[in-house]
Amino acid sequence: MQTTGHAIADGLFTDEAQPRLIGGQDLESGRIVFPCPPGDRFAPIPLSRTGTLWSYTIQRYRPKSPPYAGPEAFRPWPVGYVELPGQVIVEARLTNVDFDAITIGMPLEMILIPLDPDAAEPVWIYAFQPIGASA
Amino acid sequence: MSGDVCIVGIGIHPFGRTDGLSGLDQGVAAVRTALADAGIEWPDVQFAYGGSDSAGNPDTMVERLGLTGVQFINVRNGCAAGGSALFSAQMAIKSGEFEIGMAVGFDKHPRGAFNALPSEYNLPEWYGDAGYMITTQFFANKITRYMHEHGISQTSLARVANKAFRNAVHADHAWRREPVDIQTILDAPLVSDPYTKYMFCSPAEGGVALILASEKKARELGKPLIRLKAAAMRTRPPGSFEVFAPSIDIGGGKATATRIASADAFRMAGIGPEDIAVAQLQDTEAGAEIMHMAENGFCADGDQERWLAEGLTEISGKLPVNTDGGCLACGEPIGASGLRQVYENVVQLRGDGGGRQVPGNPKTAFTHVYGAPGVSAVTILER
Repeated sequence: MQTTGHAIADGLFTDEAQPRLIGGQDLESGRIVFPCPPGDRFAPIPLSRTGTLWSYTIQRYRPKSPPYAGPEAFRPWPVGYVELPGQVIVEARLTNVDFDAITIGMPLEMILIPLDPDAAEPVWIYAFQPIGASA
Repeated sequence: MSGDVCIVGIGIHPFGRTDGLSGLDQGVAAVRTALADAGIEWPDVQFAYGGSDSAGNPDTMVERLGLTGVQFINVRNGCAAGGSALFSAQMAIKSGEFEIGMAVGFDKHPRGAFNALPSEYNLPEWYGDAGYMITTQFFANKITRYMHEHGISQTSLARVANKAFRNAVHADHAWRREPVDIQTILDAPLVSDPYTKYMFCSPAEGGVALILASEKKARELGKPLIRLKAAAMRTRPPGSFEVFAPSIDIGGGKATATRIASADAFRMAGIGPEDIAVAQLQDTEAGAEIMHMAENGFCADGDQERWLAEGLTEISGKLPVNTDGGCLACGEPIGASGLRQVYENVVQLRGDGGGRQVPGNPKTAFTHVYGAPGVSAVTILER
């Protein structure tokens, strides 16, 4: 999907046509977390591309910089938690969805979106959209 | 030591914004008031624990108060700083090492939302870069899930905020003391859905000091015996849902630091939630007060809808909650906020609440703070 630019961080999602988040699985307990922590205790594991919405809100104001590295121009964005079945619940932006259409339990899929839509060399972040939605 | 640790002196510098006065100065003002209230002088204070998150090292206040050589330990413990200072002060007296000492907290934060950095919370840089390092996002996500699971309405959120500003009218130390009606609260701009701007507290300034003494010393001072029956500080259990969480365990969000801190405090005090006459609960946002009513054991999840509609948490109700307007009306100077709750409870137990006094001569009082990264501190006072 992304032809230019770079991922916001290494090791967050897989490099494939339909990228997946990379979680970390505790080698002793089997518990999965995201992102994969450094060290030997957790092994990287690709997470499900699809899941259901667990909770959400709308970010209505521009976050302070630092740490926020997004563009000066701000439009509110939805952000929530997505339950990846049998694995873990991950925090993620939501995209390609009307705010009024967001409901807990809705099926979602992961995609990459640019942190700054106007950037020539975008920084890519992960997000979730309704399954089959398009921008 | 025999007997209970007692609170024998209280002092507060009004919360809100005090231009031209440093956070430390506000702490010093609170100490002077507390000393006068206890009827002692600074050299009588044998030890101090001080909390401040962004207003400098508390122990530097010895320069203002007097270089008595007093043992003075700084506490930095996020939103639990005040509670941790109080807990530590209590232990110092319980150990038998000291007879009288102080817990003090103050702060002075810049305007706007707290500006946390990932490195302070052991999180990767991208988490902040992408716009997740925002407390309001977490609070809104947490209440959205809770409302979905337990049938809480946005109107109930507004009722909590409305009560806070009404109670604060009668609290000299509160910041926002103008009543705001429920419809205005609901119609105000959204900050993070479902919360409008009146439903979040703001970072602020202020200072609080408490003088603690052994029961024997308290009797010598001739003060009413306000007994600290329990002080508990706990960190998060597995499976909790905390601020700045890139992921949560499936089925998570039920266990909380609050639940274990409050259960331990009730066990220490030997009483239950039904025995409490007045409670100050962390209300960083309106929904926090609602969730914390259940997490502290005062009602079942979902019952808050009825409790609020029936006014059970009003000053005249079955369990008055946040009688001085809480964080919503006082703002949140992190180092001082937990001690403000205890200050307010001492006022209530002494019967000095004036227009906000809980009727019926309350004998038991509860405080609860919660904050990043999943810490909670609870106290129970008895008269």
